Order: sequence, then C-alpha cells, then structure tokens
Amino acid sequence: MPRNSQPKFQSPKFESWGRYPKLEADLVPLSWTTDFPLTQPPATKILPVGAGRSYGDVCLLGHGTLLQARGLDRFQHFDPQTGILRCEAGVTLAEILDFAVPRGFFLPVTPGTKYVTVGGAIANDIHGKNHHIAGTFGCHVLRFELVRSDGARFECSPSENSDWFSATVGGMGLTGLIAWAEIRLRPIVSRRIQYKGTKFVGIDEFVAISKANTHSEYTVAWMDSVATGNNFARGIFMQGDHNPQPEPLTRSKEPWLTLPLDLPEFALNHLSIGLFNTLYYNKQFSKEKTALVDYEPFFYPLDSILHWNRMYGKSGLLQFQCVLPWEENQQFGIINMMKAITASGLASFLTVIKVFGDAPSPGMLSFPMPGITLALDFPIRAELSFDLVDRLARITQEHGGRMYPAKDARMTADRFQSFYPQWQEFARYVDPAFDSAFWQRVTARG
Amino acid sequence: MASKRQQLPSRVLVLGATSAIANGVMRPLAEQGARFYLVARSPEKLKAVASDLETRGASAIFTCVMDLDDTASHEAMLAEAAEKLDTIDLALLAHGVLGDQERAQTDYATAEAILRTNFLSAVSLITWLANYFEATHQGTLAVISSVAGDRGRKSNYVYGTSKGALNIFLDGVRNRIDRSGVHVLTIKPGFVSTPMTAHLPQTGLFAHPAAVGRWILKAIEKRKDVAYVPPIWAVIMLIIRSIPNSIFKKLNL
Ligand SMILES: Cc1cc2nc3c(=O)[nH]c(=O)nc-3n(C[C@H](O)[C@H](O)[C@H](O)COP(=O)(O)OP(=O)(O)OC[C@H]3O[C@@H](n4cnc5c(N)ncnc54)[C@H](O)[C@@H]3O)c2cc1C
Repeated sequence: MPRNSQPKFQSPKFESWGRYPKLEADLVPLSWTTDFPLTQPPATKILPVGAGRSYGDVCLLGHGTLLQARGLDRFQHFDPQTGILRCEAGVTLAEILDFAVPRGFFLPVTPGTKYVTVGGAIANDIHGKNHHIAGTFGCHVLRFELVRSDGARFECSPSENSDWFSATVGGMGLTGLIAWAEIRLRPIVSRRIQYKGTKFVGIDEFVAISKANTHSEYTVAWMDSVATGNNFARGIFMQGDHNPQPEPLTRSKEPWLTLPLDLPEFALNHLSIGLFNTLYYNKQFSKEKTALVDYEPFFYPLDSILHWNRMYGKSGLLQFQCVLPWEENQQFGIINMMKAITASGLASFLTVIKVFGDAPSPGMLSFPMPGITLALDFPIRAELSFDLVDRLARITQEHGGRMYPAKDARMTADRFQSFYPQWQEFARYVDPAFDSAFWQRVTARG
Repeated sequence: MASKRQQLPSRVLVLGATSAIANGVMRPLAEQGARFYLVARSPEKLKAVASDLETRGASAIFTCVMDLDDTASHEAMLAEAAEKLDTIDLALLAHGVLGDQERAQTDYATAEAILRTNFLSAVSLITWLANYFEATHQGTLAVISSVAGDRGRKSNYVYGTSKGALNIFLDGVRNRIDRSGVHVLTIKPGFVSTPMTAHLPQTGLFAHPAAVGRWILKAIEKRKDVAYVPPIWAVIMLIIRSIPNSIFKKLNL
C-alpha cells in the first residue's frame, strides 16, 4: 500500500542544497555522541546527514530515517602549539573559523561554503582551491571515531583501522556515524588574502596559467559558459595566498542578508545568465588585477546571502562536477562539454574550473584525481537539463574522467561503477542498517 | 547618558547545563574566560559540555551531577557553587521538561512531575539564590521560562502553567530584591531550532540556540526584567494575549 494513503502519518519531505530530488523521510536529531546507536532502532534504513549542503541525493534517503548529526556541535580539545583540533562531527567549518581565526589558525582545506559540517566534509572527502598543494580534507584528518549501528565504536586513523579510515573518508555516510574527528589546522597571521585575477580566453590559456602558478596556495577559475566565437571559454583565473604581514585577527560578522523567498523560475534564463556572465567578466577591466581582500569574500562569495539556492526557484538546480585526466595536446573533454552546453541552449550560472594536483586522496571512493575539474550548475527546466547533464556524463566517461557524488543527482549505476571500480570493495564496509538514495541508484536497487 | 549596561558576568552557575539554550549563553562567556559551576543529570553529557567550554577558553570549570528534582540537596550544592566560584555573578536556571500533555490530562502524577521540575524545583533554587544575591548586593538571576507561560493553550497548558507560575514568582522576587542591586531576568524564548527542524523550510520564526544565547546576553547587559527572545515574540505574544477568551477558546492552538 502506498505510504501516502495515510496522510496523518506522512513524513516530511527533505531536499538537499540543490532542492532536487525531494524525498520523504523520518528525522532523528542527535545531540550527543552517545545517542547513537539508537535505543529504538528504526524500522527503516538510516543515513547520517550534516548540514545538507550536498547538492544531490548523497544526503537523502527516501522512506528512510535521517540521523541529524548537526546537533553534535561541541569542541573537545585544541592544542595551540600544533593546531590540532578535536571536535564533534556536527561542528561546521564556520564555527571552526570563528574559533580558530582569532587564535591564528585556518582550515587546512575549505569548500566554497563554510556552512558544511566536519562529518560531511569527511564523508565527501571535500576539496578546495588549494587541492594542488594540500590534497583533500581527508589528508588533514588525523583520526575519528566511527560508530556502527550494532554499537561497535572504534577509532580510525591512517595507521589504526586504516581500512575503515579509507572506506569512511569519502564513504558518503554509509560506513557508520562519524562521532568526532581530529583535524590539523594551518597557522595564519592575517585574515586577508593576497589576491590576483588574470583574464584568459580558451582552455589552453587557462591550463598554461594554472601550470605557471602552482606556487600560489589557492587557485581556481571562473568561466563564462555562454560566450561563443572569439570569446569561447573566456574567464578569470583567480589566485590567492594568505597575507604574510601580521594583522589583528578578528572574528567574522554574522551574515545579515537572507534571500527570503523563492524567485520565480523565469528569473534565471539564458539571457539573464548571459548578462551576468558578461558583467562578471568585464567587472575586471585590465588583464590582471591584484588586491588584498578578506578571506570571507575570497572563499565564500555566496555565503553572505543565506539560502541563495532559492534564486533557482522551487524546482531547484542540477549541479554537475567532473574531473578529467590530462590529455595529450588539448583538453578536448572540457571543450566538448562547453560546446554541448552552448548547443543545448541552457546556460550554467556559475562555471568553475580548476586543476587538481597529484596528492593521493586517502579515501577509497574520494573524487579528486590529477587533471582538470569542471563544476557547473543548471536551473532545472524539465527534461532539458536532465538531458544535458546526461550528455556531460557521457563525455566524462569517454574521456576517462569521473563525476563527484556530492554534486550529483543523475549518475547511472553503470557509470558510477566504471568511474569508481573500487565500489565493490567499498560495499563490504557499508553498515547493514545504512543506505542512501544515491547508493540505491548507483548500485541499481532503487 | 549614564549607562545602565553591566559587564558580562565572569563567574557563572548554570543549573541544567546540558540545555541547548544554556549552551548558547555559556559559549560566548567561555570565550571571554569565565569560570563555571555546571549542574546536570547526565555525567557523560556534562563532561561533553565541560570540555567544549574549556576548549573555548573557560578559565575554570566545576561540575556537579544531580537531579534537580531532589530539592533536599539544593542548599549544599548551591553553597558549594558559591564557594568554588568565589562569588556568583550570574545564576542561569535552564533545566526543565516539556512533559506529555496528553497523559497529564488524565494522569495527575504526570502533571505533578512537570510542575515539580519546572516550578517547584525552581522555587527552591530561586529562594536560596535570591537570599544569596540580596546579601551580596549584586548579581544576575536569569531564569529560562517560556512564551507558553503567557497564556494557556490546549496543546501544552500543563507545561504552560508551570512556566506561568514561575513568571509570577519571579515578578515577586524582582519586586523584593531589585532595590538591593540584584538583577532578576525572566527569559521567554519562542521557537528555537533544534536539530529536528534544521532540514525543514525554516520559517522566519525559528531561532538558533546560538542566536538565542546572544539575545539573552544582551538582556543581561541591559538589565532587562523580561526578555522575549528573539524580541519579535514580544509582539506575537501581545497579540495572542489580547485575543478575547470568547474567540480564543474556539481556536486550535
Ligand atoms: C555553495 C557550495 C559550494 C561548494 N563547494 C565545494 C567545493 O569547493 N568542494 C567540495 O568538495 N564540495 C563543495 N560543496 C559540496 C559540500 O562541500 C559537500 O557536499 C559537503 O560534504 C556537505 O557537507 P554537509 O555537512 O552539508 O553534509 P551533508 O550534505 O548533509 O552530507 C554529506 C554526506 O556526509 C554524510 N555525513 C554527514 N555527517 C556525517 C557523520 N557525522 N557521519 C557520517 N557521515 C556523515 C552524509 O551521509 C552524506 O553522505 C559545495 C557546496 C555548496 C552548497
């Protein structure tokens, strides 16, 4: 009998940051690391969630039970000599920055939003603009405690229970609950970043600039996905380094702007996105621009507007991120993707491209590998956006690359299994009570 | 203008130290190096809270595991807290239970347990603390009550009664000891987001415990008598209180 025939007991629908898909589930909030395993095990499969800042369905489970780990938000220990911080898994990177920056420390790796949890950062083995120097978040995790649904608790580190360590880093919450973790922060003497922006046109120029600037700690580029002809694949290469000049280290202010409602779907169309991209490109007049900027706008340009995802309307957005290995002469894969986007008539609002370094990722299923990574987002416009993302997935496969589960809602089981041949070995570590919508889809049981 | 503001307290007693709202108050104080005497029922949770505050910068932490329903042991515990902290600048009462309204409607023992924890145990603590503060001519007695105490509603009137009674008791205590320099603060939180609501579309009415904590600290600095947190609840409750009974009794609240 379909569940929703009994509306009184209907569970609420949950969505991730991309707002697609929306799935019904029960929610169990955890406030203490000792709350799990649950005294009353749910009748359904379970999945831990952090801040729900993944885009697709790695943090969703239809007709399941979501374990809300955000309530595990306590610090446990900090050593100001070594910068080693131990905290519960629901602590957000924003909370770590508020704590660490005034004490002269910074995150070893940060994604494009500070509102993710430590547990979520480990479970997706996230990467940042410093991947070419620092590797992934997991490279800076010294240990964590894993709690299984049968009550077994054990500490994992690269040397202790190392197989569980590498299954859980990038393990998408499927191996058990991460209760707390110990991470190594990096020292800083200033809040500010020495920034340099350089305009480029074409993938080859992007690659050349990237390779010439690997000494910069942070590098990333924004690209115009709408421009064609002579302007095809134009963009701005951005690099940054922590300001070495000591300055008073203050705490960040609270964000004050919230996008209060969903914008209508027509607000983001090919025209407005094209206009935005042109404005963004021309905001910088000269070929090169340098500045000393606060770390907040450098790392988190969108965080100052809470709930900016409402800009895409109720139906949400599809994210797509892939990494393609180096090719002999030209980066055909990326060019093919850009052409496919132009041909589709759709436009990506924010296109981000970066060169990954060759630091090995500690996780069995970690996404990064040496090559070029491209991240795109498309407002969901019925089948059109689905077709395009499927098309991009095929190009990824043809060029020997792979897609990022944290930003995926569409990958087929075939593709996932060819992208991540270690998945069967990984499956042995999956907690029997755990499951996710993503995992059901890519193992084709959903 | 002579400022009515007072400095943030640095010697802090917290009753019900594992409460999320209490943690919102305690964390900024810990960052400024406050000393704490923490009371809660569960030793593991108390330990987690204590390490959190210590990591954030608390200069000293003393803990006491106790069920606050046990009013007989209040006096000894409070005397120890006063001694360990030197003086108490702030006593924050944060313990309480929501209870099972439906059961309380038919089972007096359930109703009594709610009243005992939320009201009677608070009366015992406040009595001792009021006399202590009155004798030292300083300090803040801050008590977490609830907007539910402003008007009885069918969905939680037993809980609401315990908080309403607490509010009246605090009015009286304030009237008695305010002139000796003691600040008595009644805190009335509205909806506070627990992990339970984090995933749901958050209506603007939900506040995070950290934000609620900051509002409470502001109320302490400004020596307010009653603080609705966030302040918008003062308006909401004004409206709710002014609905005539002839209409109110027909509403489904
Ligand atoms: C604006 C924006 C920019 C982004 N930029 C980047 C970027 O540059 N690089 C990058 O790599 N990613 C990026 N992301 C993606 C984001 O960093 C990841 O999806 C991150 O994992 C989200 O963390 P979360 O706490 O929200 O976890 P959720 O999304 O809630 O969950 C993510 C996964 O972690 C698991 N999980 C969560 N908590 C626990 C726990 N305690 N124990 C076990 N498993 C757990 C969940 O089951 C799920 O599989 C970005 C996202 C946004 C919204």
